[in-house]
This record gives sequence, C-alpha cells and structure tokens, in this order.
Amino acid sequence: MSVFLAQLLNGLQYGLLLFLIASGLTLVFGVLGIINLAHGSMFMIGAYVAYAVTSWSGSLWLALPAAILGGIILGSILERCLFRYFYKREHLDQVLLTFALILIFEELRSLFVGNDFHSVPIPSLLDFSIPITSTFSYSAYRFVVIGVCLALAAALFYWIERTKMGAIIRAAAEKPEMVDVLGIDARRIHLTVVAVGTALALAAGALNAPLSSVYPNMGDGWLIISFVVVVIGGLGSISGAFWSALLIGMIDTMGKGYFPAVAGISIYVLMAVVLLVRPNGLFGQRT
Amino acid sequence: MTQAPRLLPETKTGWAALAVGAIALALMPLFASPYHVELGTTALIAALLALSLQLLVGVTGLVSLGHGAFYGLAAYIVYFLSPEGSPQPIWLTLPIAMLVAGLAAALVGLFALRTKGFFFLMVTLAFGQMIFFVFHDTKIGGGTDGAYLAKPIISAFGMTLDLPRRQRPIGTYYVALTQLIITYLALAWLLRTLFGRVLEGIRVNEHRMQALGHNTQRAKLIAFSLAGALAGAAGHMWAMHRGFVNPEIIGWHKSAEALLMILLGGLGALHGPIIGALAYTGLTEVAGLMTERKLLVEGLVILLAVIVLPKGLSGIRLFSLAKPSGNPHDPLGDTDPSQREVKIDND
Repeated sequence: MSVFLAQLLNGLQYGLLLFLIASGLTLVFGVLGIINLAHGSMFMIGAYVAYAVTSWSGSLWLALPAAILGGIILGSILERCLFRYFYKREHLDQVLLTFALILIFEELRSLFVGNDFHSVPIPSLLDFSIPITSTFSYSAYRFVVIGVCLALAAALFYWIERTKMGAIIRAAAEKPEMVDVLGIDARRIHLTVVAVGTALALAAGALNAPLSSVYPNMGDGWLIISFVVVVIGGLGSISGAFWSALLIGMIDTMGKGYFPAVAGISIYVLMAVVLLVRPNGLFGQRT
Repeated sequence: MTQAPRLLPETKTGWAALAVGAIALALMPLFASPYHVELGTTALIAALLALSLQLLVGVTGLVSLGHGAFYGLAAYIVYFLSPEGSPQPIWLTLPIAMLVAGLAAALVGLFALRTKGFFFLMVTLAFGQMIFFVFHDTKIGGGTDGAYLAKPIISAFGMTLDLPRRQRPIGTYYVALTQLIITYLALAWLLRTLFGRVLEGIRVNEHRMQALGHNTQRAKLIAFSLAGALAGAAGHMWAMHRGFVNPEIIGWHKSAEALLMILLGGLGALHGPIIGALAYTGLTEVAGLMTERKLLVEGLVILLAVIVLPKGLSGIRLFSLAKPSGNPHDPLGDTDPSQREVKIDND
C-alpha cells in the first residue's frame, strides 16, 4: 500500500514537471508554428542554473527565481535574434535551426561547466519526510515541487484563459490574420510566448535538479517524452497537455515500479494506440 | 511526361558531371592514404543514409526524425547474424538487414503516417527513440557499451573476394560506392515511373493527387518502407565498415544529421544529399582536427547553412548575379520561374 502511494505521488510529481516542459512546446508551436527541439536544452540549462546558483550562494532558494529570470532573458534573445525569421520557413529549416542550438548549448555547457555529473543538495529546511500513514512518509521537497508546479500551472491557465493577453494568444493560435487585422502588435505576443515557454522549461529543470543529478545531454530524454505528451494531449491544447502529462507521468512511474521489463516502451505503445484511435490526440479538437 | 523529373539533371552535361564525380570517387583509393580511404567510406555511408532520406524529404515532402533508427536497427541485425568470430557472407546479411529495416519502417509508418507535419516529426522521433531504448536499456545488443561483430565477407554467387588484411578497407570502400551508385540510379528510375510522379505530386499537393484517384496513403507507406530499407542498407554498410555497433548509431542525432546533409546539399536535387554528406563528413573531420569543440563548429555551421543557404550547396549557381526571385518561403522552388507549374492551392 505504501509503495503504491509513493508511486502515485512520484507519478504526479513527474507528470507535473512534464507539463511545465510540454506546455511551453505546445504553446510555442500553437502560436508561432515553430518546432523547438532545443526545448530540452532549456530544461538542461535550468538544471545547471540551479547547480550554479546553489554552489555559488549555498542555497537552492534563489535557483527558481534565477531560472525563471534566465528563461525569460534567454527566450527573448532566441525569439528576437533567430526564431522570428523562421516562422514562415519549412519545418525542416526549423528542425535544423533548433538542432544546431542543441549542439551549441551542449558545447557551451561543456565549455563553462565541464562534463562531470553534479548533484544539487536539497535545502536543509526541506530535507525531511512528512509521515502520511503510520508506515509511509514522503519527501517534503517533492511535496514542494508538486506545489510549485501546480502554482505555475494555475498561473499559466489563468493567464491564457482569463486575461486579455491570454485571449489574444488564443486568438493568435487560431486565426493569426485576424489578430493582425485588429492592429495588435503580433511581435510582442511572439516574444512573450517564447519567453514564458522557455522560462517554464528552465523552472522545471531547476526544480528537478535536486531529485536527479545534473548531467550532460539530460534534456534529450525529457524532450522526447514531452513530444509524446504533446502528441497524446493534442497539439496546441494546454489543458490537453496537462491531462496527458499526468497520464504519462503515472503510466511511466507505475510501469517502472511494477513492470520494469516493459516500462521503457509502455508510453510509446500508448502513443501508438492513441494515434490509431484519435490521430489528433486524446484531448485535441476533432478536425 | 516529356520533361525530366525536377530532382534529376535536366541536361546531358548534368549527367556527365555526375558521371565525372562517380569516376573521381572510384579513383580516390588509388591516391589516398588508408586513413583517407576509411574516411571516404564513412562519407559514402553517410551519403547512402542521406540519399535514402531524400526519398521522403525532397521527393515526398515527409520530414522524418526517426530515420536513423532503421539505419541503426540494420547495423544491429548484422551483429545478430554475424557475431564476433563467425563472419557471414554479404549476400546473406545485406538482404536480411534491408528486409528487417523495411518491415520496421512499414510498421512505424502505419502509425506515423496517420499524422502530418509537426505531428509526423514528433511521432517518427518518438518511435525512433523507442527502438533506441530497446538497445540502450536491454542487454540484447550489448547494452550501452555496444558490441563487436564479424564484418561480413564480400562474397556473392559462390565467389569470394579474398583480400589481404591491408586491402580490406579498400574492398569495403568499393562496396559502399557500388551501393551508392546503384541506389542513385534506382531512385532516378523510380522518379521517372508513375509511382515516382505520384510521390512528387503528394509533396506539391496531396489533395490534388487524391482527387486524381491515387491512394496517397498507400504510396506514402510504400515510400516510407522503401526509404527504411535503403537506410538499412546504409546501416549494414556501417556495421561492415566499423565491425562494431552501439546505441549511438540509432539515436535521433543521426536522423538530424541526415536531414542536415540534405539541407546542406540541397533539397531540390536527388544528388544533393550525396554532395551534402561528403561536405559534412569533410567538415566535421576538419573541425575535429582544428578544435576539441567539434560540436560547437558543427552547430554554428548548421546555423549558418540554415540562414544563408536555404537551397543548399547544389543550389549555388555560378554567375547568379541576376537571380530570378522565387518565393522565399518555398525552399523547394526552382530557380527558373518558367519551369514552375502553376500552383492553385484551394484546399
């Protein structure tokens, strides 16, 4: 029973982190039509920001704000200097542009931080377990991760669904010409979307850093799983990405816990089944 | 049907230039050091892989990020068939490797081709990574360490080419070159058939091909499987060249590299990927000699290529001062507007 509860919480926490990454991917694609393969690198950079901040200041508390701020800056630079010239280009060009970015980011990482594995300590204030039942207790830091992820997800939903800018973003994803016609400055929208998407990925990387070690190419695996999340959730749908991220997080964690032999391919099988039944994703609009 | 397909040379001079290129490649081992012969083989194998992907990207308009998986899978098939110590003849290993890669591609294509565009990219990438994880996470192919294999023997119809040890890399070079030439000619023939025309039609306007009564879904599946089998031939060559397999050859970086070679060489020509592969292999070699930061150089070159060379190396025209202005958003566009068909997009 306690093992099951631990798996459930781990799955929730993993799924929420996946959501932070996948929502950026799906948002950037939905509004800008850009395929960003370097989104996994953003996760990696977030983890290294957490490592750098903790080893410099001795505390993880600064890491999350630093990662979010860094993400906003990095995202803005990418949008202004590169992405904006590729909105109308072929998928192939976008793929290669962002693939080149992966290579450059990895090499810069290796140049400045090296190729070693690093671990980031959990802040001492949170380095304890909260008893849930008489036999089971769960890491306080993981609860904080779950809480922060939920707060970020709620803020994202509020921003997209309830604010004026969110309405413009939804409109830009659906009918970009109309947004232009209404005289809205699309460039500002594009910049904001990339900055927010990048910041979420860096935040996920920073939050995850104490839970796994920080290592080269760590973004690759997360990128691929995020793709599966987006495919299952339906492209351009934030709420679809949310439910699908939780589903994938649960299936992967439960699979590794109870059926380790098949866990590696279980989510891909799920993706294949979804593609057969609902090619536009479980939560996507039917076209 | 009088005009040659867009991707093939339009003039006799064009074909003659290709023939000169092939002869130059064939003469290369006579002058080059053993090290450079092996480098040449690496480049030819990269060209085989990129050429197989061109059938999807340049011909049919399908951008796949899982192509490297079929390449790697075939290399592992060679390992299963011809493990260390018991080499098998090439006439056995090559067809089986191609068949398995082709069947795997057919299976992936069955699911992936239900999607388009961005989805297709993500789904091919995900399935490619699934194959990667099978070899990465389990011990069936030596796990992450990889495994040594016995290089297949060059033998066909009961005749075996028994070369002394020092000459064997040269033998492998010529096998790779022969495969590349045969593959190019076979694809050139395919482009001239009705099936090839249908594939090109799918790239330009799939709805119109459907309206003309062609089963585009089936055509795409056949193209995807065929491209997978050809990638398998390249992967088989890689195993035969190196005598070693590891999961790295399956990973999606391989697929992205193949796409880069196509873009570098040019989307608009069937021989583009060959030029791109040779250029890319040469470039990484030079970058590796000059600096330890090889990936940084590669990344910057890709960035530059995407930004300034949307038509690739084969799109560079000498004396192109008065360049006709094509649609900048259509990297497949031909340079000569009179050659373009009228595009009516009302789907």
